[in-house]
Amino acid sequence: MAGAASALFLLDIKGRVLVWRDYRGDVSSVQAEKFFTKLIEKEGDQGSQDPVAYDNGVTYMFVQHNNVYLMTASRQNCNAASLLLFLHRVVDVFKHYFEELEEESLRDNFVVVYELLDEMMDFGYPQYTEAKILSEFIKTDAYRMEVTQRPPMAVTNAVSWRSEGIRYNKNEVFLDVVESVNILVNSNGQIIRSDVVGALKMRTYLSGMPECKLGLNDRVLLEAQGRTTKGKAIDLDDIKFHQCVRLARFENDRTIAFVPPDGSFDLMTYRLSTQVKPLIWVEAQIERHSRSRMEITVKARSQFKERSTATNVEIEFPVPSDATNPNVRTSMGSASYAPEKDALIWKIKSFPGGKEYMLRAEFTLPSITDEEAPPERKAPIRVKFEIPYFTVSGIQVRYLKIIEKSGYQALPWVRYITMAGEYELRLA
Amino acid sequence: MSGHDSKYFSTTKKGEIPELKEELNSQYKDKRKDAVKKSQPDLAILAVNTFVKDSQDPNPLIRALAVRTMGCIRVDKITEYLCDPLQRCLKDDDPYVRKTAAICVAKLYDINAELVEDRGFLEALKDLISDNNPMVVANAVAALAEIQENSSSPIFEITGNTLSKLLTALNECTEWGQVFILDALSKYKAADAREAENIVERVTPRLQHANCAVVLSAVKMILQQMELITSTDVVRNLCKKMAPPLVTLLSAEPEIQYVALRNINLIVQRRPTILAHEIKVFFCKYNDPIYVKMEKLEIMIKLASDRNIDQVLLEFKEYATEVDVDFVRKAVRAIGRCAIKLERAAERCISVLLELIKIKVNYVVQEAIIVIKDIFRRYPNTYESIIATLCESLDTLDEPEAKASMIWIIGEYAERIDNADELLESFLESFPEEPAQVQLQLLTATVKLFLKKPTEGPQQMIQVVLNNATVETDNPDLRDRAYIYWRLLSTDPEAAKDVVLAEKPVISDDSNQLDPSLLDELLSNIATLSSVYHKPPEAFVTRVKTTQKTEEEDYPDGGETGYSESPSHAVDSAASPPATSSSAPHAAARQPVPVTPAPVPDLLGDLIGLDNDNSGNGAIVSVDQPTVPSGPPLPVVLAASTGQGLQISAQLVRRDGQIFYSLLFENNSQIPLDGFMIQFNKNTFGVAAAGPLQVPQLLPGTSASTLLPMVLFQNIAPGPPNTLLQVAVKNNQQPVWYFNDKVSLLVFFSEDGRMERSAFLETWKSLPDSNEVSKDFPGIVVNSVEATLDLLAASNMFFIAKRKHANQDVLYLSAKIPRGIPFLIELTAVIGIPGLKCAIKSPSPEMAPLFFEALENLLKS
Repeated sequence: MAGAASALFLLDIKGRVLVWRDYRGDVSSVQAEKFFTKLIEKEGDQGSQDPVAYDNGVTYMFVQHNNVYLMTASRQNCNAASLLLFLHRVVDVFKHYFEELEEESLRDNFVVVYELLDEMMDFGYPQYTEAKILSEFIKTDAYRMEVTQRPPMAVTNAVSWRSEGIRYNKNEVFLDVVESVNILVNSNGQIIRSDVVGALKMRTYLSGMPECKLGLNDRVLLEAQGRTTKGKAIDLDDIKFHQCVRLARFENDRTIAFVPPDGSFDLMTYRLSTQVKPLIWVEAQIERHSRSRMEITVKARSQFKERSTATNVEIEFPVPSDATNPNVRTSMGSASYAPEKDALIWKIKSFPGGKEYMLRAEFTLPSITDEEAPPERKAPIRVKFEIPYFTVSGIQVRYLKIIEKSGYQALPWVRYITMAGEYELRLA
Repeated sequence: MSGHDSKYFSTTKKGEIPELKEELNSQYKDKRKDAVKKSQPDLAILAVNTFVKDSQDPNPLIRALAVRTMGCIRVDKITEYLCDPLQRCLKDDDPYVRKTAAICVAKLYDINAELVEDRGFLEALKDLISDNNPMVVANAVAALAEIQENSSSPIFEITGNTLSKLLTALNECTEWGQVFILDALSKYKAADAREAENIVERVTPRLQHANCAVVLSAVKMILQQMELITSTDVVRNLCKKMAPPLVTLLSAEPEIQYVALRNINLIVQRRPTILAHEIKVFFCKYNDPIYVKMEKLEIMIKLASDRNIDQVLLEFKEYATEVDVDFVRKAVRAIGRCAIKLERAAERCISVLLELIKIKVNYVVQEAIIVIKDIFRRYPNTYESIIATLCESLDTLDEPEAKASMIWIIGEYAERIDNADELLESFLESFPEEPAQVQLQLLTATVKLFLKKPTEGPQQMIQVVLNNATVETDNPDLRDRAYIYWRLLSTDPEAAKDVVLAEKPVISDDSNQLDPSLLDELLSNIATLSSVYHKPPEAFVTRVKTTQKTEEEDYPDGGETGYSESPSHAVDSAASPPATSSSAPHAAARQPVPVTPAPVPDLLGDLIGLDNDNSGNGAIVSVDQPTVPSGPPLPVVLAASTGQGLQISAQLVRRDGQIFYSLLFENNSQIPLDGFMIQFNKNTFGVAAAGPLQVPQLLPGTSASTLLPMVLFQNIAPGPPNTLLQVAVKNNQQPVWYFNDKVSLLVFFSEDGRMERSAFLETWKSLPDSNEVSKDFPGIVVNSVEATLDLLAASNMFFIAKRKHANQDVLYLSAKIPRGIPFLIELTAVIGIPGLKCAIKSPSPEMAPLFFEALENLLKS
């Protein structure tokens, strides 16, 4: 079962090695070329390549970020999930250090990159990927002469995500409850998938080592406590916690207790797979008058309460790639033709609940078509929107208690917002 | 040292360790480590002193850095010196140093296992499992697990005591540490159901972790323990608990989704109930990467049931009209597999397939026909009414498998298809050009037709086919099958009927295709590569001991352990189509294939200062190498006088289209010689060995010859072409011998160098005059045109035309070197009179001098 990466490579978009760190001495830099040959073997679009490739005793796992490939080479049966996730974390750490991870930023920071690769992984085993803490003892500033006498306690502490001695004049916590609605509607207008993915995004500016306790209107918890609240209680399907949350405690009594990291992080994510009514429903009629003219009628209807308002609504409607001469009218908002996306984009700044808006568009099509041509890619209608002060699940933060031994008072701020995630309606 | 620690953290000035590290890590300097290790032992000793000193530095960062770095110096002699610092660091006050030292023990074990055992490091490491710092515990577990993997004796056995310690540490250590611990614990076998339940109870909270790797490792552990749990309620409850986290994995990054999907594929084979109601989450999204879509499709097939099949079919139909051809094909196959799997849904599946055929997208039609053939096999005499529709698409079929499938259908149901003979006849015209797969089916189908309708038409057809398949073909499979039919038909037609029209075994659903014992093994490897490949670890792990790169035993022959993914299905009689399982070929093609020959060890690494790594250049070494033919003696390249008694004769030769280095070793020394290895320096043609040199031990006074298969374009030397080939040969007893050999261009002339006359003319015209080079050979006499042409043809220079010009004979020939570069050759000579003029035209005129040299040598001899 034991297995570790042999080396980590950072390659440019052409497969040339920018940096590589050999952890075990059983692969060589030639591996980068072998990997890249493997990658382009499957010609055409490189994005279609499985993220795990095997060649001659060596397994390559990779992710791509901007113009950089991050790749591990390994000769053992290592933990694929762990290594791939680690690569994503490496991206996060580099982004924390260099703002953006790209070829340039790596080239400019070779020394720090090596130091980080050394600290994040040892002998091919992932070690430590908390960017914030890493930057306390691995510094980018070349001229800094200050001596770090020891690694931050956090590196080996049970609380590995927070350093001691943080101080703020004003202690505040911002909590955003963000729910993304994912929906898939098939061409018959049936909803075939719908779920809500929620996230509690936190930004903490708290001094010392605060103990936090979060209370939600979680049905299991409320029933366990034998309480009935005024509002409704909700069932959360699958909850995932940031590593700061004490999982064993949650398992025991559903208490969400944690020492938060400093700054912003996702405290928890959850999923709700109950069927929800699509918040914005889009219907389209496409008529082809003769071979060369096409008329589209799109109806968009908001299906939420009137007191809420959706903002920044954007409906992307696919049109054939050879359509020309658009002529568009809308009853609200503005629509523009985006040939680079082969789509018509209809933007409505503010869309109150219980309303219906219309769009009509006419396109000219070439009158000659290739009978043999492969079918065009059938893109779905895609919708983006945000609805502030509203959650689909009805989740509520009942309290957020912050206890620190110095006894300061902290202010929690809570906001709710719902937005469209992967919101797709297939066309007939 | 402690006075200037700051320089470790600056870029402008660096301390000794970063410099050394830089050197050790630098990708630009290839000789980096060897530089320290071998040629500069002083520096290595110097480094040791620094490490020893640094390992006592007051700053724990420096101590950890020292112990981490020294594990990277893989020099046996030096490791001795590192034991004391390591021992100290394992007991360091600072957990950061201890956690680094724990990993260092694994490093040391990799270099010198004996040393680690002798110095008691294993005990020290085991003590760390009780360390009060969870991070140290996690690293100690990782190190022990790795050491155990490489050792045959029991080193790291999890007892009830360690188990509880580790489960406690699990709550507190970093996410990566949790993965180490869970992976190590998943090997633990609980004593009874109660203990298993207890363990599971303490692991289930991990399912809530945001880190997907932690979740998957927890799932692995729970599944392992579930095998022991007898209470169905508990099992049901656990299944219910695992479903949501598994579903949530599908919201992760696509790469993680891919790993998750490959694992879910295994999990649903063992516990189908877990995700029975979640099929919708596997529906493909528009923007899913194609590799995610492919895996989702696999799982959809596995989860398809009578209850959800309508919805699933609607999805498949949607996918079948997408644009990615591979995905579309897989979707069509998926429909077929569902039909085979779910008897009650078969009819609906077929109607979807027929709808798809009507869209008339070529590859959809072909794929549909392939799966319909399987459906016919699964449900004989049920759906034949659709044959007429299928026949409409007959003309559009151009892929062998689809064609073969259609022909099989026609043959199988010949009695129900009125014009079966006409349909088959239309294929017969192109019989000689068809691929073997189609030819075999045509042969069988024609025989079936004849047996079912022994009329005049089929009788004529069968004669044509049998003639084609016996006399005109050189495919032994086809010929043998044809002869068998022929004999059967001519001796006993009734027996022929019994054989050819025999009832075929029914094929079955293959969506749960893994062998149970393999599935067990894979499930115990969840989250690892093994579960991604769906192959046991030994199929792809080739353990390479890094410190002993030169020992051949360390390259286990991974080639033979290739694992066949789906067990072979009931084999049809000779009359069946070749593919019984519709999925197998595709599934197999998508697997990474670890069946490559063992890599050629880079034995002579720095022998000639080559910086390329020869291992795994991908060339396939023919297993049965041709024996050395007795020809003219090979030229001596290394004389016995210079080779301390070893004489080597060698030459590049071409045999059956492949290039070999023909070698003869003669041992005239007083000692036996063994362990021969060879390496080629960069050269114009990039000639390199395709496999290891195979020369047995040479006793004094004996000799051995061998043909070493060669590959081209491996290590190409830049610069103008030349014939120099520098070779290094070594053995275990003598120093390395270097010698120069000359390459003759002739060995590169390929067998397919013959040009059509018109092509020759066209090429000649298309090349500019500047590409023409000519040379006179006053010393060469052409005595007979025929003899000369034979001689040239033997070297793959092919005669095109001849013309007379006054008393001169002008010959035109063509030849081709690899990468398809042609040579157009014009030879002008008067028979019997010395003097030959040769002009060549080629896209690579720079090769001309080499050509002339080779030609001169050939014609002179």
